[in-house]
Amino acid sequence: MSYKGQFRVWRGDSDGGSLEDFEVEVNEGEVVLDIIHRLQATQAPDLAVRWNCKAGKCGSCSAEVNGRPRLLCMTRMSLFDTDEVITVTPMRAFSIVRDLVTDVSYNYEKAREVQAFTPPKDLAPGEYRMQQVDVQRSQEFRKCIECFLCQDTCHVVRDHEENKLNFSGPRFLMRIAELEMHPLDTADRRDTAQDDHGLGYCNITKCCTEVCPENIKITDNALIPMKERVAGRRYDPVVWLGNKLFKRGK
Amino acid sequence: MTATDTGVHAPPRARLPVPSLRTDRWWVPPVLTVVGLSIFVIYATFRAFQQDYYWVSEYHYLTPFYSPCMSTGCVEGAAHFGRFLPDNPLIPYAALSLPFLLAFRLTCYYYRKAYYRSFWLSPPACAVPEPHTRYTGETRLPLILQNVHRYFFYAAVLISVINTYDAILAFHSPDGGFGLGLGNIILVANVILLWCYTLSCHSCRHVTGGRLRHFSKHPVRYWLWTKVSVLNTRHMEFAWITIGTLILTDLYVFLVASGAISDPRIIG
Ligand code: SF4
Ligand code: SF4
Ligand code: FES
Ligand code: FES
Repeated sequence: MSYKGQFRVWRGDSDGGSLEDFEVEVNEGEVVLDIIHRLQATQAPDLAVRWNCKAGKCGSCSAEVNGRPRLLCMTRMSLFDTDEVITVTPMRAFSIVRDLVTDVSYNYEKAREVQAFTPPKDLAPGEYRMQQVDVQRSQEFRKCIECFLCQDTCHVVRDHEENKLNFSGPRFLMRIAELEMHPLDTADRRDTAQDDHGLGYCNITKCCTEVCPENIKITDNALIPMKERVAGRRYDPVVWLGNKLFKRGK
Repeated sequence: MTATDTGVHAPPRARLPVPSLRTDRWWVPPVLTVVGLSIFVIYATFRAFQQDYYWVSEYHYLTPFYSPCMSTGCVEGAAHFGRFLPDNPLIPYAALSLPFLLAFRLTCYYYRKAYYRSFWLSPPACAVPEPHTRYTGETRLPLILQNVHRYFFYAAVLISVINTYDAILAFHSPDGGFGLGLGNIILVANVILLWCYTLSCHSCRHVTGGRLRHFSKHPVRYWLWTKVSVLNTRHMEFAWITIGTLILTDLYVFLVASGAISDPRIIG
């Protein structure tokens, strides 16, 4: 079955822009990215959109559909009524480049600030031995395709541009949790998670989990366990008292 | 800074005419949360200070809202651990447990999510802007105190043991022997669900095994962690179910104790 779908697509750049109306053909089995491509081919050849795999694996086509952060290539048209107006806009937490394309360099800057995997000094690559149960937990986090939809949705930065300085966002706090749980990582990442990456800003309201296309339980399995680890080090009154009484270092 | 130049309207971002383009009814969950939590708080406050109809002496039913009953005002049979708190209308009979249970739920990771979203609108729903111009999350006082949740978890375990003891003592018939009535089934179901809520806590998940880096070196704790993790995925459900069962259990004891209904007996 094919029909004429009603679309509103944001067009513009950093100087301004507007939502433009389009009528585009929709065929059975299509996703929103197909429609955007048809729009480019037929009515708006200069429409900017970023994409690569069309299989939900490269994380390039992140945008917002009807106000919800989504992958354009994984959002099926069958989700919507045929007479529904579908609004497609760029991610709203990042700087605009043009049309549906945003500048996501905030995420790469934050990625660089995370201390790399730090194996024991006397262990050469090739000598790493781990039990499956020890790495199982963090394998969930390795499914991340770095689409940055979680970063886009997180209200800490989405609603407060100024917090970008102090908050690395769910994707990179999850990366820290992954390394903190890694059986061969020797770094203690609890202080830096709190002080340098802003774990305390997260109020565990789970929007990152809600939008993750890989269905990673970011909040339950990475952020809360990390908060618990930080609490054990920094905010546990019994540990604190013990350190005071026995003059143990931090 | 004003609301017009921060957040989604900050200058480097795409300039869209409205704060949110969501078309679904995103406001339904926060509204339901406000209603649900408010009902519980109002009911629990009323009952905690009522200081009556908390104990059915014939069958030894004690409502969880009065457990442990420690005030000199408590009926003798209801006080399983002595009576020493002053009898004052402003001091609930279970003043030694209620503040801890309140703090346990207030600092619970699920309830935090629920009230941050619904009462504080931070955020009201995903990709819907919050109305506050500044945001520091849980980085400073008072919200930094949420980090002591673990200790309220320990207290809640202790109180769950007491509730379990109460439920066992309640298998009592008026002639002094074993008895079983509808009230027992309600009390036991309530205690089981309270255990599910308490043990599915994120702090419990952390202390049983989550804090370890090498599960393989601690097989017993790893096994415990996997069990707690299974419960933990249902933590939100248990948070709401136990609000329901607490009200239901208390209401049942209230109605039987006040003579409004009589307890259908199976044995004794
Ligand atoms: S759970 Fe924390 S990190 Fe995830 S979206 Fe909410 S505030 Fe941001
Ligand atoms: S955690 Fe999920 S939402 Fe966030 S970047 Fe990775 S895949 Fe995308
Ligand atoms: S195009 Fe690769 S995830 Fe959509
Ligand atoms: S009781 Fe909910 S997280 Fe601890």
